[in-house]
Amino acid sequence: MSPPAPPIRCAGLTKRYADVIAVAGLDLTVNTRECFGLLGPNGAGKTTTIEILEGLTAPDRGEVEILGMRWTRGSSTRALRERLGIQLQDTQLAEKLTVEETVRLFRSFYRAAHSVEEVLGLVGLEEKRTAWVGKLSGGQKQRLAVACALVSRPELLFLDEPTTGLDPQSRRQLWEVIGRFRAAGGTVLLTTHYMEEAERLCDRVAIMDHGKVIALGTPRSLIASLGAEHVVEFALADGAARAPSPAELAGLPGVRAVRPGVDRTALTVAEVHRAVPALLGLLERRGAELSLLATHHATLEDVFVSLTGRHLRDA
Amino acid sequence: MRDHPLVQLTLARMREFYREPEAIFWVFGFPIVLAFALGIAFRNRGPGELRVAVLRGAGDSVLAAALARAPGLTAALLDSSEARLQLRTGRVALLVVPGDPVVYRYDSTRTESRLARLEADAVVQRARGRSDPARVTDQRVTEPGSRYIDFLIPGLLGMNLMGSGLWGVGFSVVQARTKKLLKRFMATPMRRSHYLLSFILSRLVFLFLEVAALVGFGWWMFHVGVRGSFAAVAAITVLGALSFAGLGMLVASRARTVEAVSGLMNLVMLPMWILSGTFFSYARFPDAMQPLVKALPLTALNDALRAVMIDGSRLGELGAPLGIVTAWGLVSFVVALQIFRWR
Ligand SMILES: Nc1ncnc2c1ncn2[C@@H]1O[C@H](COP(=O)(O)OP(=O)(O)OP(=O)(O)O)[C@@H](O)[C@H]1O
Ligand SMILES: [Mg+2]
Repeated sequence: MSPPAPPIRCAGLTKRYADVIAVAGLDLTVNTRECFGLLGPNGAGKTTTIEILEGLTAPDRGEVEILGMRWTRGSSTRALRERLGIQLQDTQLAEKLTVEETVRLFRSFYRAAHSVEEVLGLVGLEEKRTAWVGKLSGGQKQRLAVACALVSRPELLFLDEPTTGLDPQSRRQLWEVIGRFRAAGGTVLLTTHYMEEAERLCDRVAIMDHGKVIALGTPRSLIASLGAEHVVEFALADGAARAPSPAELAGLPGVRAVRPGVDRTALTVAEVHRAVPALLGLLERRGAELSLLATHHATLEDVFVSLTGRHLRDA
Repeated sequence: MRDHPLVQLTLARMREFYREPEAIFWVFGFPIVLAFALGIAFRNRGPGELRVAVLRGAGDSVLAAALARAPGLTAALLDSSEARLQLRTGRVALLVVPGDPVVYRYDSTRTESRLARLEADAVVQRARGRSDPARVTDQRVTEPGSRYIDFLIPGLLGMNLMGSGLWGVGFSVVQARTKKLLKRFMATPMRRSHYLLSFILSRLVFLFLEVAALVGFGWWMFHVGVRGSFAAVAAITVLGALSFAGLGMLVASRARTVEAVSGLMNLVMLPMWILSGTFFSYARFPDAMQPLVKALPLTALNDALRAVMIDGSRLGELGAPLGIVTAWGLVSFVVALQIFRWR
C-alpha cells in the first residue's frame, strides 16, 4: 500500500484578476499532522491561495489535491467537504441568530459532527450560548467562526487570519484552540501576518510576497538562514551627517548584514557581545551621538525584511 | 429530524425574519394599515345631504322652506357674495335665485350639482302645482362585494404576496452574498437545493400568517367575506407566494450589493403596483396596454383572488390567470438556478 496522500498538495497554482496576478505559480505540500503557516503582507495572495485550496476559487492553472482528492463537482466534492473545517477571512455570520443556533445550523450540514456543547467548550464560548452573534465582541466572533469550522470534526483545518484584530489575550486563547486540535491529530493550514504567531504555532511556514513563495522552511531554519541570531538597531541623534557607511558597519566583528532604514539602521549580528562594543567604539570615534540602541532575537519579520527590503506590516 | 439541514436552514430564515421588527411591520402591519385607511376613506356613503343655497330676495324664505322639506336636501339663505363664494368652493352644490324664471346656478361637471338641480327642480315644479302622472316605488339594495374595500382586500393580498416574496427572498440572499455567508456555506457539504428550498418553506409558514391577518382584518373591520372556498384562496396564495419567491430568487441571483438588489426589486414591483389593479381597476388603462397588463403576474394573481373572494369562482374556472402565475414562477426559478452567483 502506498503511504497516505499528504493532506494538501498543489503545484503551479496561478490566479490572475483583471489587473493583478494574485497567485503566480505556487507549489506547496502540507504533511499530515503538520501546522503550516502562510505568511505575507496585505495583498500577498494568501487568501486567494487558501480559497483555491478550499475549492472555493478556481485557479487559472495548476493542480490541487486535498486529502488525495481533487475538486470536481458533485458528490465526491461533498464527501471531501465532510472532512474539512474552514474559516474564511471575511465571513459575517448572521447577526440575529444566537451562538448556539449558528453552531447547530453548521452542524446540520455534516454527517459526523461534534455536539454543540463540545464545540462551544473547545472554543470557550459556553457562556455566550444564547447571545446573538451581533452582540459578540470581535474576538468572540472569531472564536465562533473557528467553532463553525471545528464542528465537523475535520481532519484538515483551514484558518485565514484567525487572530487578526484580536487583543493578545484572545489571540492566546485561539492559539490554545489550535493547539488542542493538533494534539488530537489534526492538520492545519493557517495564514497570518503576525510573525510571533507563526513562530509559535507553525511547524513550517511559507513566506509569500506578490503571489510567490519567497522562503519556505521551519521558523527556526528560516531565522538561521540569516546567518545570525540577533538584530541590533540604532539611530543617531544628529542624523546622517556623521553616520558610518554601510561598508564600515559590515566590517565590524560579528556583523553579518547591514540594512539601512529610513529612521534607523539594523545590523544582523551573530555575536552581540562583540558587535555592540565595536559599534559603540566606531560611533565614538566619529563623534556621532546615539538616540536609540536596541537588540532583539532575530524573527521571521527580519527574514522577510532581509528578503524584500520591506516590513511585513507596511509592505 | 430537527437536525436535518433543511429544517435548520428554514429555522434560521424564520428567526432572522421575526427578529427584525421592521420586517414584521412591513409584512403584517403595513397592509392592514393601508386597508384600514383606504377602507375608511373610500367607504360607500352615498351622496348624503346636498346643500343648496337660496339667494336673498323676494319669495326666498318660502322657497327655502320647501327645499328644506325635501328629503336629501338642506337649504341656506345667503346673500350674493357669500353664495358665490360657497358655490365656487363646493360648499353648496347649487344656487337657486328665486323669481320668474327661477334661475339655477351650478357647475354642470359636478355630479352632486346636477343631482341637486334635479331634486331642487322637482320641488320647485311641484310647488307650482305639477303632478306626477306615473306611480313609482323605490327598492333599495346593497350588493355584497360591490364596495371599494371588497375590491381592495384581494388586491392588497396580492400586493403583499409580491412584496414579501421579493423582499423576503431577494434581500436575504443578497445580504448573505455580501457578507460572504453564502461562500461560507459553499465551504460546507450543504446542498444548494436545501438552501433555496429553505426560503420557500419559510415563505409558506409566514404566508399562512400574512393571509390570515389580512383576510381576518378585512372580515372583522369591514365584513369583507370570501364568497368562494377558503381552500381555493389558500391554493391561490400558495401558488402566488411560490411564484414571487421564484421571481425574488431571479432578481437576487446575480446582485452583489443590497443597493443593487433594492433597485432591481423596485424596478420589478413599481410597474405592477400601478398597472396590476391593486388599488383601482386596470380596465382604466388604454386597450393597447391590456395584453401587457394582463400578462403581469400580479394582475393574474389579483384577478384570481378577486374571482374567488368576490365572485365565488371555483379554481377550475381560473386556468388562465393561474397559468400565468405558475409560468412566471417556473421560468424565474429555472433561470435563477442557471445564473445564480453562489459566492
Ligand atoms: N475578487 C478579486 N478581484 C480582483 N482582485 C482581487 C480579488 N481577490 C483578490 N484580489 C487581488 O489579489 C491580490 C491578492 O489578494 P489576497 O486577498 O489573496 O491577499 P492576502 O494575502 O490575503 O491579503 P490580506 O493579508 O490583506 O488578507 C490583491 O492584490 C487583491 O487586490
Ligand atoms: Mg487575506
